[in-house]
Amino acid sequence: MRKFVLNYLIPRIGQYFLVIFLGVTLTFIIPRLSPSDPVERQVSQLMMSGSHVSPEAIIAMREALTEMYGLSGSLWEQYLAFWGRLLKGDLGPSLSSFPTPVTQLLATAMPWTFGLLMTSIIISWIVGNILGALASYYEKNVAIQIVDVVSQAVRPIPYYIMALVLLAVFAYWIPIFPFSGAYPPGTRVEFSLSFILTVIRHSLLPLFSLVLIGIGGWFIGMKSLTSNIISEDYVVYAENAGLPKNRILSQYIIRNAMLPQITGLALQIGLIFSGALIMEVVFGYPGMGTLTFQAVMANDYTLIMGITLLSIVGVATIVLILDFIYPLFDPRVRIQ
Amino acid sequence: MLTVIRDLLKYDGRFRVAFVFLLLTLILAALSLFSPYAPNRTFLVPQDMPPSLQHPFGTNSRGQDLLWWMAFAVRNSLILGIITAIVSRIIAIFVGLVAGYRGGGIDRLLMSFNDSFVVLPVLPILILLSFLLQGQLSLVALALLLGLFGWPWDARLIRAQVLSLKERSFTRTAVYSGTPPLKLTLREHLPFVLPVVFATTINNMLWAIGMEVTLSVLGLSDVTVPTIGTTIFWANQHQALVAGVWWWLAAPIIVAVVLFLGLYLLFSSVNEFIDPRTRLRRIGA
Repeated sequence: MRKFVLNYLIPRIGQYFLVIFLGVTLTFIIPRLSPSDPVERQVSQLMMSGSHVSPEAIIAMREALTEMYGLSGSLWEQYLAFWGRLLKGDLGPSLSSFPTPVTQLLATAMPWTFGLLMTSIIISWIVGNILGALASYYEKNVAIQIVDVVSQAVRPIPYYIMALVLLAVFAYWIPIFPFSGAYPPGTRVEFSLSFILTVIRHSLLPLFSLVLIGIGGWFIGMKSLTSNIISEDYVVYAENAGLPKNRILSQYIIRNAMLPQITGLALQIGLIFSGALIMEVVFGYPGMGTLTFQAVMANDYTLIMGITLLSIVGVATIVLILDFIYPLFDPRVRIQ
Repeated sequence: MLTVIRDLLKYDGRFRVAFVFLLLTLILAALSLFSPYAPNRTFLVPQDMPPSLQHPFGTNSRGQDLLWWMAFAVRNSLILGIITAIVSRIIAIFVGLVAGYRGGGIDRLLMSFNDSFVVLPVLPILILLSFLLQGQLSLVALALLLGLFGWPWDARLIRAQVLSLKERSFTRTAVYSGTPPLKLTLREHLPFVLPVVFATTINNMLWAIGMEVTLSVLGLSDVTVPTIGTTIFWANQHQALVAGVWWWLAAPIIVAVVLFLGLYLLFSSVNEFIDPRTRLRRIGA
């Protein structure tokens, strides 16, 4: 047990903090390396809006903005202050919907993204892996071969284009799904059956898009993993021993191919998350993706910062949780 | 090389499809050289004409012939993919070879950086970056930037390969006969790693072109340069779908699907070809 903690858990936790450290440092450095000065931009935007502002007011505003962006003091002081505010959970006020704090906007958007992302990952991972294993075990089956062709065709398509095609087909051409949003505009957000049903109806198309691409990926991965396993001696032995096919499939084949797929999930969470963000933009789903889009449109710098930071911490945390449950599936790590 | 292509054409259906798709894409990209006018000139042809013999892809609301525009777009998207792939390949090969061969502390250090980069969600970071550079992010700059983020998956793969090469007897022979480490890595290990590098290059291009689409759609790249992403951006700006100008979106989508499928099928076909076990199974030997 001690060895397990020392050799497995501690390095994972260390890795977790390294990711967050690197991510936060990158988010700190990027704006300071960029040639455009956010304060200057904000000021010139205000000047361009045509209203007359006295020079003294501009100076005062410039100071206030410099303070708010954390641009006062030496680089090192700025960096420490940046961390200080982060640890207190202070991401500053949103510029477009001033003075609502960024954290409040994030808190309303995050559950939507989290729900969509988790549901799609769980469905696509399980379905994709089972289908992938079936594909190499029943190579000649026609239905499986169709799944194979569809997966190969769907896998490489970028999330945005896939979403656009599904939206055009299922909401515009054959309008069976609502065009955008998670509920009709003006609906009161409440905890009632009818509201939940509306949300589910609106979420089906974005969910379907994410699941479709996801299944394609896991299916292909699992198929290539299992196609090597089915010729292993222990599988041949189990077959000769006359074990039921279901048992061979679940206990001998899937059980062994599952581990690299869990690792694969941890390695791809960042990509899947990015995909979910862009998917939300297409479907106008009220999560972090749409929030990002609004922030970009409204030039809301603090909000974009906040989204970036939350994404880094969120994705790193999901990976850490996956690392924690991995030993449950891999006895070798557990018994070490 | 030619015999490999001939064999693949003969035995692998996926390779045949990939071959045709990529050929179509390249022909379209090459057409940009014969375009009668520069891509960003507007109002040269009647607006909003559906696809016809005269305008195979139709014309858009900005008075551009989508065929010529798409020719430039696919060329630029390909250039972006290639630049990103080259940059990220250089980093991946370097990190992978060094970490794999040196092992120990350097390996652990490089791999924990590597794994951190794998986990970091690239899209929000790129959105922040390109938001700050708004409009100033040229196609080449974007390609270089993507290259800086696109290496860690492949570095991992290369390292794993080198780790197993290190245990082979030829490595020991080379070490005992006094081959310096640099020469050993470049002369003896790199050739083994290159097929993997080639396969992942295609995958990396797919990622880069897809990322460009995402950023352009948000209006975060230089939207005056025609790419697959900026085409969709302009179509959205003019609300093409609502206005019924569906071909404005259909053109980039069809071109993208052909390009992506072509590249992906090439990737998976080459990937299987590299692995002798699957290659034998396919040819049936």
